[in-house]
Amino acid sequence: MNETDNKLIHAFGALAELGHEITNKNNFQETIRTSLHLLSGALGIRRGAVARYSRFAHELNMLAVRALGDEFPLTLGLTTEDERQFLAIGLNPIEVSQARVLPFFQVYDVSFENKRLELLIPLVVREEIVGAIFLGEKATGEPYTSYDKDIICAMGQHIGVAIAQRNLMAEIERRSEENRQLFDEMRSTYHDTVKAFAAAIDCKDKYTEGHSVRVGRFTEIIATELGWGPDETEGASVAGYLHDVGKLTVERKIINAPYRINAKESAELNKHPAVGYEILQPIHHPYTDVPLAAKYHHERLDGRGYPDGLYDREIPFIAKIVNLADSFDAMTTDRPYKSRRPAIDVVEDLHRNSGRQFAPEIVTAFLSGIFKELSGDDRNKRFRRLLGRDYMETEGLADKIKFTLNELAPTTPMTYVAAAGIGDQPIL
Amino acid sequence: MNITSETAVSPRVVEQTSTIFAGSYINKLSGEQIEHECRRKLDSGCKELTLDFSQTEIVNSIGISILLGVIDVAEKNGAKVVFSEMNEDTVELFDMLGLTKHVTIQ
Repeated sequence: MNETDNKLIHAFGALAELGHEITNKNNFQETIRTSLHLLSGALGIRRGAVARYSRFAHELNMLAVRALGDEFPLTLGLTTEDERQFLAIGLNPIEVSQARVLPFFQVYDVSFENKRLELLIPLVVREEIVGAIFLGEKATGEPYTSYDKDIICAMGQHIGVAIAQRNLMAEIERRSEENRQLFDEMRSTYHDTVKAFAAAIDCKDKYTEGHSVRVGRFTEIIATELGWGPDETEGASVAGYLHDVGKLTVERKIINAPYRINAKESAELNKHPAVGYEILQPIHHPYTDVPLAAKYHHERLDGRGYPDGLYDREIPFIAKIVNLADSFDAMTTDRPYKSRRPAIDVVEDLHRNSGRQFAPEIVTAFLSGIFKELSGDDRNKRFRRLLGRDYMETEGLADKIKFTLNELAPTTPMTYVAAAGIGDQPIL
Repeated sequence: MNITSETAVSPRVVEQTSTIFAGSYINKLSGEQIEHECRRKLDSGCKELTLDFSQTEIVNSIGISILLGVIDVAEKNGAKVVFSEMNEDTVELFDMLGLTKHVTIQ
């Protein structure tokens, strides 16, 4: 075997390794560093660099540098369109002596001269310059042959594709980030709109100001306590905020009546769930069930609710959550014809109506949330902010809730109370 | 692969000569180990660095590039590089790629 055959075999080995390196999902910087090693090692080149072209800054930025010293510039500016066009002509090794006509070569000539750079290879993919390879002298001291240049072009093509792929990935990541930001903005706009709607609904009723907002918050708390994910919890809170949107069409005097309304007025008021559904249904919400929550938030498990008198399993789960949040807020705020009810009474009401009006698992989740805050396990003060400190510090409230939780679903509170380390024994 | 040095480095002793034993296959991983060890020796003032290839059977392109890097650093440090105990194939490869022009062969 002659020396040319040996060189060919050695170069093919390097080319095969380069292909493997580039198709592997390695760190990009490391891939380029290894590629430069393979190219240098294939032909015994003493020094060199691989640069990526930035089409925004019109610069060649060094990605990997071998034996060029600290003083070699890490960024080379391509100042004119002519030189960019010249380099983009194709993947062909340019002798440094020929490249001296390029303005950027004149700027960096001293660096290139000092480092005995001999070849500049523009990396061109789909007629666009993506980078460049700079190569110094061969260890043999011989000039580059046409055979060497063919090998360099073949390997340069691989390196160019690797850079182009990386640029594409970076572009996709950038676009994806832009989309994410756009989505966040839209989401924020949607939530602001939802809150504005909630405020508009609440404006109609001076006695229950903030009701929709509070129901939204209680609904969110219940969803969190049920272990729902962030998106589902957010959807639940939206359902809470908008549950009374149908009241926008109910006469203000009925909503604000400072007395128990009569049957006719009651029939008018009771239309608001169906009207709310009609308003919300045509809107494309990012969350499902928002219109259904508005329509069925006055249904009861025992079938005595309205508008359709649905039974337990016929009622959408989100509507059951909103029902509890809505009822809880009604009981814990002052109304024109009655004051807010004491906290202990409210817990008793939830207990008594669990399985009749309210779904037991939802009552359990809600009371667990309150209990966590009372026991100090949850320091977010979510309920204190909504109900007031005095109300939350009602004497005996924590014990009442603990008892109720054990009554409702013994395993849940036992586990919780034991885990929280409150009391010596679980209460049965 | 094991890369060992004949003598231990001590902060108070400057080794003028050192021998690094290359393994059977000089690729990226083992090449970088050799490079690291060579740089450490050169930084500590070594003036004659011997690379022993008695165990070496294959040197790939990355290995060649790394050895060229070692030669470059040694030249900058004014140190001499000696390649020893190379087999026929390794000599042929190093000759073909010009490495032997920059080192002393033993």
